[in-house]
Amino acid sequence: MESLEEIKARIEAAVPGAKIDIVTNGGPSQQHSLRVDNEHACDVAKWLRDDPALRLDFCSNVTGVDWLDRTVKKTVKVKKVVDGEEKEVNETTEEKIPGHIEAVYHLYSMTHKHGPVIIRIRTSDRVENACLPSLTPIWRSAEFQEREIFDLYGVKFDGHPDLRRILMWDEFEDYPMRKDYREPDDYEYEPTPHDDVLERAKPYYTPRPQIDGAESIVEGSKPT
Amino acid sequence: MSEGIDEVLRSKLQQQGVWVSSMQELYNWGRKNSIWPLQFGLACCAIEMIATAASRYDIARFGGEVFRPSPRQADLMIVAGTVTKKMAPQIVRLYNQMADPKYVIAMGACAISGGPFKQGYNVLKGIDRYIPVDVYIPGCPPRPEALLHAFMELQRKIDEQKLSGANKAAHLDSEQPSEFPVPAFGKHDLEPPANPDVFHPPKLERV
Amino acid sequence: MSATVETLEAMERPPVSMGSRLEGELLEVSMGPQHPSTHGVFRMNVALEGEVVRKLKPVFGYLHRNHEKIGENVSYLGSMPYTDRLDYFCSMTNNWAYALSVEKLAGIEVPERAEYLRVILAELTRLQNHASLLGFLLNDMGAWGTPLMYAFREREKILDLFESLSGSRMMCDYMRFGGCRVDASREWLAYAKKIVDRFPRFVDELEQLIVGNEVVIARTQNVGNVSPELAVSAGITGPMLRACGVNYDVRKVDGYGFYPRFKFRIPLGEHGDTYDRLMMRVLEMGESVGILKQAFEQIPAGPIINPKVKIRAFRPPVGEAYGRIEAPKGELGFYLISDGGTNPYRYRVRPPSFINLTILEDMCLGHTVADVMVILGSIDIVMGEVDR
Ligand code: SF4
Repeated sequence: MESLEEIKARIEAAVPGAKIDIVTNGGPSQQHSLRVDNEHACDVAKWLRDDPALRLDFCSNVTGVDWLDRTVKKTVKVKKVVDGEEKEVNETTEEKIPGHIEAVYHLYSMTHKHGPVIIRIRTSDRVENACLPSLTPIWRSAEFQEREIFDLYGVKFDGHPDLRRILMWDEFEDYPMRKDYREPDDYEYEPTPHDDVLERAKPYYTPRPQIDGAESIVEGSKPT
Repeated sequence: MSEGIDEVLRSKLQQQGVWVSSMQELYNWGRKNSIWPLQFGLACCAIEMIATAASRYDIARFGGEVFRPSPRQADLMIVAGTVTKKMAPQIVRLYNQMADPKYVIAMGACAISGGPFKQGYNVLKGIDRYIPVDVYIPGCPPRPEALLHAFMELQRKIDEQKLSGANKAAHLDSEQPSEFPVPAFGKHDLEPPANPDVFHPPKLERV
Repeated sequence: MSATVETLEAMERPPVSMGSRLEGELLEVSMGPQHPSTHGVFRMNVALEGEVVRKLKPVFGYLHRNHEKIGENVSYLGSMPYTDRLDYFCSMTNNWAYALSVEKLAGIEVPERAEYLRVILAELTRLQNHASLLGFLLNDMGAWGTPLMYAFREREKILDLFESLSGSRMMCDYMRFGGCRVDASREWLAYAKKIVDRFPRFVDELEQLIVGNEVVIARTQNVGNVSPELAVSAGITGPMLRACGVNYDVRKVDGYGFYPRFKFRIPLGEHGDTYDRLMMRVLEMGESVGILKQAFEQIPAGPIINPKVKIRAFRPPVGEAYGRIEAPKGELGFYLISDGGTNPYRYRVRPPSFINLTILEDMCLGHTVADVMVILGSIDIVMGEVDR
């Protein structure tokens, strides 16, 4: 299979106006992905499916991922001239990344038996505009999985033929897979010895690092 | 009443080929040896229930092999598996549809308390929040032998039930309810989250 | 009435009115969640015209146990016992799929003996899964009890093997990241070999009962046909896909584990009907026996787990990975995102039986209610995996 750079170049030639970013994955699995903008997602997906060299006709897995609002702090060493002397100074930049929900599609080709090509599309925020274009018209296998993302993450898929709750009951109002979901009070909760153990174990664990070097996760506003 | 028969006299009569019994004994003996379970599995434990009914463990030895798909014909409900909040109203409804006398076995950690999935937002933390349970079997999943053991416990329980008197069996007591309210789907949880007449949460004691 | 009849047609056919025939009357039936043949707590809302299915909507969620949410809140290793409970017939393959994904995520090597053990256990799982599926399917067709007893007799033998190896009949929790938990003794391997050697007798017996059986043929041939195009687009995997004639088996395509070292064939169907799906299972059992025999011969001595993998406070590097294997029901995948912590940021299961249900409606339209049960049975679903 061609490299992602080549695929990206070919998509941009075939679908004018499409904005594609390559999201690199630093882990050992080296499964990089393509981020596609929402307006052109359907066209890009169609092209990926129909292009004779790629023929990604099998959409294996569709996933929702919830990213909360977060601030990424990066400390970089910069050389600066201070009082006529050149010095190394630590400079901290802060970047606020607004929360969003991402849908990830893992594509394979049954014809050519290659893959995966991973595409991601993301909503503009987590509350009002949690909308994405549906890729069900292109791959039927996305039908139930997109419904599941709608049910558990609250993403509305435009163009989905039958968007209803799938796992929870219809009267249910929350989106339980979101990171800020709070369960109904479990009045049966009782402290167990396990809690003490966890408390005692705490000093031995280093604080949990966050993705992209983010230092804190600010809890997003809870959807109403 | 069986208490009325002198045990020595009875065994003497038996040696002569005369069998003396009481209505209660006969009635319980018949009932306990033909318990028909409801054919109804929820999750992994149901597979062990099927294994119990299948060739090696053979629940037919205890008179329990007639799995009935209809609650109207069943005496015993084996709650085999995780009860989710979405499923709980159906289970209470099925229980209500069963004819008296009826018994419930909570099979596996999930049916008892939510088991490994206790923290789940859609998992009911024990079926005894809505319906009374006769026998609990721990295990994840309980082995078929454990289910057979529970079945024998239930038979023992049936054998001891009284037909009359102050502590007669619940199904003969018109005061005792045989149907329980079905919970409704709420916006965040089941409503009510437990039936206060059936379920009494344990008191927390911390020493 | 005047005696003039305009056309021959009008004379032959009585006038159709809504009153005189049942046409147009749709009866809505809710099958499940408590139903003897829905294989668990599955529910279908079916609109019937007479006995013919006109519409069918599956309803899920009666066994939604929040596997993914719990997986995000426990450590990586803590999810391993939960994977057993996904598809509770095949805990070994579930373990393998999860271990494979984490190994991809963290870049872990697996020793040779462990890979062989994994192949052996996965193929044993396939044998018992397919055997019990056929039992259930024949049960649904009305062969009440007997085939299921045969199937469970064989299944118990394989469960004995699992139990003596891992300590549990069904929930084995056997694989670890970078290997397996306990080693198989020489006696175990010899005993397993004995059981596998005898297995073809059961397969032959079952095949004899199925292949030429008039009732089975009448109930399954030309029932629930799927075209290969639809199957590919709907993401169908496993024996159900191969019954349509599409040659796609993750064991061959990805070549994970040591599958490229074994010689085996992929059975393919022609018509994509229920009969083909049934036969696919029978033939796959034969191939699995072949793989097992090769594995018993080739298995080397050596360590069974990579000693470099940390057990406590295991933290894979930041990144994500999607790993998949060919489970008995189809492609089982795990998608994990790590943020460098001790538990995954996102833990997702790609359940084959859930996605295989996508085209249930297409398969059932135009068939009778009795066929729905057979079609559903031939998909091979397990609710623990469908609803997770
Ligand atoms: S107790 Fe264990 S085996 Fe039984 S249903 Fe629950 S998780 Fe499954």
